[in-house]
Amino acid sequence: MHMIYFDKVTKTYFDGAAAAVADITLGIDPGEFVSIVGHSGAGKTTLLKMLFAEVIPTEGAVFFGSRDVSKLSNGELLKLRRNIGTIFQDYRLLSTKNVYENIAFALEVAGRNDEDIAGDVPHVLDLVGLSDKIWSFPHELSGGEQQRVAIARAIVNQPDVLIADEPTGNLDPINTHDIVEILKKINDLGTTVLLTTHNKSVVDSIDRRVVTMDQGRIVRDDKEGRYSL
Amino acid sequence: MSYWTTTKRIARYGLVGFVRNGFVSLSAILMMTIMSFMLVNIMISNAAMTATLKDLTNKVDVTVYFRTNATGDQIEQINRSLQSLPEVASVSLMTREQALADFRERHKNDQLTIQALDELGTNPLGASLEIRAKQTSQYEGIAKYLQAQQDSQSGAGVAIDKVNFYQNKTAIDRLTNIIDTSKKNGIAKTIFLAVCAVLIVLNTIRLAIYTARDEIGVMNLVGASRWYVRGPFMVAGVLYGVVSSVLVLILLYPILLYHPVLIGLDPTTELLFGNFNSFTYYTANFLLFFVVVTGTSIALGALSSYLAVRRYLRT
Repeated sequence: MHMIYFDKVTKTYFDGAAAAVADITLGIDPGEFVSIVGHSGAGKTTLLKMLFAEVIPTEGAVFFGSRDVSKLSNGELLKLRRNIGTIFQDYRLLSTKNVYENIAFALEVAGRNDEDIAGDVPHVLDLVGLSDKIWSFPHELSGGEQQRVAIARAIVNQPDVLIADEPTGNLDPINTHDIVEILKKINDLGTTVLLTTHNKSVVDSIDRRVVTMDQGRIVRDDKEGRYSL
Repeated sequence: MSYWTTTKRIARYGLVGFVRNGFVSLSAILMMTIMSFMLVNIMISNAAMTATLKDLTNKVDVTVYFRTNATGDQIEQINRSLQSLPEVASVSLMTREQALADFRERHKNDQLTIQALDELGTNPLGASLEIRAKQTSQYEGIAKYLQAQQDSQSGAGVAIDKVNFYQNKTAIDRLTNIIDTSKKNGIAKTIFLAVCAVLIVLNTIRLAIYTARDEIGVMNLVGASRWYVRGPFMVAGVLYGVVSSVLVLILLYPILLYHPVLIGLDPTTELLFGNFNSFTYYTANFLLFFVVVTGTSIALGALSSYLAVRRYLRT
């Protein structure tokens, strides 16, 4: 059984509009690093959002393990989200909280005590190379640093899956390379990573499974693929 | 995670958010301060109007003048029958002797009048009953009752010389209308201003939380429960209420003492009100103001935050 399974999933946002995602079936196993590539509007982000039920499919079902995520209760959904780390192109840090508080927030909602949080936050910041910025606020950090904080927040609860939606879209090549290396390291530690990107060099440098989408459909699925659009 | 730990964290984030979003907090506090001043204005204006109306109402009465030959029994009979009427609040008797003494006192500097009175040798003044009704609209009914007694020319009614209501009728009718209209206007004004104030505060806090809508989305995504997301915003809303009400309660002292016009109270109206003084009323009823202003501000702050966050809370 797959860890994540999209079962004939279709999403139409408005009646009469073209489907953002059309009849997709896709299975992902534990520990995989899957890059999902495609032009803007190909349906990559919609597909990922269905995994944590921010978007509910119009048809079909998304399974996390054996559970249909669109049928989870509110409490079960919160637990699922704590088990899925998410990072985005625009970082989405909490602007009124400093780096420590941003990461601690994810631990707090997972019910961790203050002692654990005080130990785990510096540790995960060390992992992403930002130990010296622990008390900085997001607006005091560069784009690359903000994305590293977002990664730290996403992995601090040791989730089974990390979703990275265009994480390098706003970054220069050096920061892009650093972020990709961090994602690979996280994957090497056993976390399943789902990455969407437009960046050919990123996909080629990862050299793992590549799913190519076009107009809401999967047009290629290569086990060790390269960017080909 | 224990309930206490969650509460502590929510309170801390609320306080931290309140301080770090200084400008947003300041705007919300200013708006709530204005709302509280409006509330105080309504409270003081209503109190002033009520006091004035009570004062004016006390000046209205119906007086029954008796003939000089009316006996004590006849007067007492009328007095008792009046007191048994449900509309009557009080009846006070002025005897012939008291009336004469009052007359002499009023005209003590008018030697000609006093001399004429002395020459009469007898007391030309009759006794009278001063009647106060529970409501001004009831005077006419009382006057009609007395008139009927007088017209019947039987029993004690023959002792009645004059009922002065009809001389005062126009003034009493006008006053009754003014009182009714003022009360209706007062209620309408209170409701209108209260609705405006609530909408202004609600929208100010909505705007404050609108700036944090993306963060609310992120909190949802990392798996925060609704109360864990909503709580800090509600704490901040309560803090807006606490700070603004403390500010208002302190500022009211100098404002009411020196410049009541600053919160919309017209000092000339206060002069018209005669005995009513807004500063004295405020200090005498401080506990009431404290409870109403603080309670309203805190409740409004928390409720506005609750409603505003709800809009951005997704599962």
